[in-house]
Amino acid sequence: MNASPKKMAAIISGLQKHYVLKSETVRALRGVSFEVPEGDYVAIMGPSGSGKSTLLNLLGCLDRPTHGSFLLGDDDVATMTDDELSAIRASRIGFVFQSYNLIPQLSVVENIEVPLYYKGTLNSESRKRSIGLAAMVGLGDRLGHRPTQLSGGQQQRVAIARSLVNDPYFILADEATGNLDSVTTEEILALFQRLNDEGRTIIMVTHEDEVSVHAKRVIRLRDGEIQVDEPIKNRQVFTEEQIKEISKNASSESEE
Amino acid sequence: MLLFRTWKLGIRSLLLHPMRSALTVLGILIGVTSVIWLLAISEGISKEFQKQIEDLGAENIIIRSIQPPDESGGNFREIKAFGVSRADYNMINRTISTVQRVLPIRELPQKFAYTGNPNVKPINGRLVGCTPEYSEVTRLVISRGHFLTSQECESKSSVCVIAAQLASILFPSEDPINKQIFLPEKKEYFKIVGVLQPRNATAAIGGSLAAQDFSLDIYIPISTMRMRMGDQETKRTGGSFSIKSFELSQITVQVDTVDDVPKTAELVEATLRAKDPDRQDIAVVVPYELLEQAKTTRLMFMMFMCLIAAISLVVGGIGIMNIMLATVTERTREIGVRRALGAKRSDITQQFLVETITLSVVGGLTGILLGLLGPFVFEIARGGLESFAPNLYGLVPQVGRDMNPEIVPASIPVSFFISVVVGVMFGLYPAMRAAQMDPIEALRHE
Ligand SMILES: Nc1ncnc2c1ncn2[C@@H]1O[C@H](COP(=O)(O)OP(=O)(O)O)[C@@H](O)[C@H]1O
Ligand SMILES: [Mg+2]
Repeated sequence: MNASPKKMAAIISGLQKHYVLKSETVRALRGVSFEVPEGDYVAIMGPSGSGKSTLLNLLGCLDRPTHGSFLLGDDDVATMTDDELSAIRASRIGFVFQSYNLIPQLSVVENIEVPLYYKGTLNSESRKRSIGLAAMVGLGDRLGHRPTQLSGGQQQRVAIARSLVNDPYFILADEATGNLDSVTTEEILALFQRLNDEGRTIIMVTHEDEVSVHAKRVIRLRDGEIQVDEPIKNRQVFTEEQIKEISKNASSESEE
Repeated sequence: MLLFRTWKLGIRSLLLHPMRSALTVLGILIGVTSVIWLLAISEGISKEFQKQIEDLGAENIIIRSIQPPDESGGNFREIKAFGVSRADYNMINRTISTVQRVLPIRELPQKFAYTGNPNVKPINGRLVGCTPEYSEVTRLVISRGHFLTSQECESKSSVCVIAAQLASILFPSEDPINKQIFLPEKKEYFKIVGVLQPRNATAAIGGSLAAQDFSLDIYIPISTMRMRMGDQETKRTGGSFSIKSFELSQITVQVDTVDDVPKTAELVEATLRAKDPDRQDIAVVVPYELLEQAKTTRLMFMMFMCLIAAISLVVGGIGIMNIMLATVTERTREIGVRRALGAKRSDITQQFLVETITLSVVGGLTGILLGLLGPFVFEIARGGLESFAPNLYGLVPQVGRDMNPEIVPASIPVSFFISVVVGVMFGLYPAMRAAQMDPIEALRHE
């Protein structure tokens, strides 16, 4: 998937988000513009309260901007109804949360299928696809397990498989490694890199430099505005061997 | 397919808290069971009442004599006759055209003994003077021998017909036919010519609340009774005497057709009260009217029972709502996740509605099963009470002892329907509340 005339996964221009409170209006985003080409790997950084989560919620179609436009493919999210936003989330957005957010009463494979359930394309073929994704994240032998029976790293891998099931425009990861130890963080970052190498677009929020150096590009926010938008200079890349090694360790961990 | 998955998911979510779900189901279960039981019991009671009234005969009008309260103050000299008289009887018989026949009846509480069986103490029973038609009008069934004949009445013979239970007490191992019954108070003997089959008790009449019991009756010709015993009765209570005088205890008027009953009843009443409109010594009972009243009473009774059942269902519904509100709060995060993964508001509403409906339907179905067991449970409870606490059982009214709860067929679909409606009604608010949550807020919820 080499995008020579670069196709855009998302085009954001003049994006503003205001929260109207009783006493004041909080301007969480004050006009943010950038483009995310397909296959990009973006780290969004910035101090607390700078608007990272607000931006990510807009990118994830969980909210509508106050001003500005957000083009997802050919559709402008700013003008969509609540149900249309839901439909977009079900069909073209992949979420990975800091606290995994798997549904406790569902098994691994059923958790992976949830977006398809709301998209309405659940069938035996999609079941095969979900099983394939579970295998890809190294949990092929845990299909029937419940989230409580898995470690944090394993749960996050299920969440990543879930974010891929609807073939999304991009994966949105909000502090996806925030709850994990350094070994498991490596594991998840290696998985992200593998997905990015395969052509997946990834946008992640993080405040750790060790995490952001794995991305291709960093956007730094400050007080609701973009301060810096630049490529990562010394990008840290896992080698083929490292990825193999990590995924082997990860699956042997899941064998326990 | 999708709906099926929604149900499956709903059931699994409920099974995450089996105890909580079971208790919630219990609320509806009790509601539905009580709908079915209460209706079955009210149906049983009203059927029993109706049967008792029908046994009085819908085409009959019954006039009872009522002894007025004693005003003589121990002055025996003027003993006034009370109640229906032979003159009343003749008047009704002759003047009212819609009357088919009239039965004169005179009843006396009496002791009965059989001298051939000295082991048995005299039995307190009831001596009934009547005519041969009595057996037809009251639909008596003879098991041995024959009922009183007109010949026996005309000749004023000392013959009698005895009720089944009395026969079995006085003659446990002998054939009663042609045996002599002895009346120690009257020093009279009567020859048994017939034995009746057991007869059901009938509804209370003539101001008394107790159902009429016929199990210890002896029937003799009323002509014989008049000749041998007259119209006066002397009762010795403690040291003092009391004398009362009455010609008849009751007359039963049989009307041509049921349609003529109300009109005839008015005429009878008018005839009896021609001289004294305020006479207090008679009561006119019209079983047909009682029957009509019983139908209205039944309807009211049922409505009352429905109201009680409805209240218990509402209580069950509030239980459901309470639990679902707690569940929704508890699962705020799950709701946020589902919304982020593409669930529409309507999907969330549906998910929680499915859960409440599952609870209420499970409650409804088990409630119906338990409801169907109602008559058995009732039977067992009654049997248990009878054998383990006879004193308590004695306090149960006659109707309660005789009636059988009868499942009202309509109560099953109705209670099921109601339980579903309750589930939807009380589930809707929590489900909508879940759906109205802001997904971002919900995701942030701890
Ligand atoms: N729902 C909200 N209502 C009001 N103010 C909000 C809301 N969400 C965020 N804000 C405000 O918007 C600003 C940006 O918040 P946020 O996007 O969460 O920052 P970050 O994720 O970078 O810490 C903050 O000042 C925050 O207080
Ligand atoms: Mg934040």
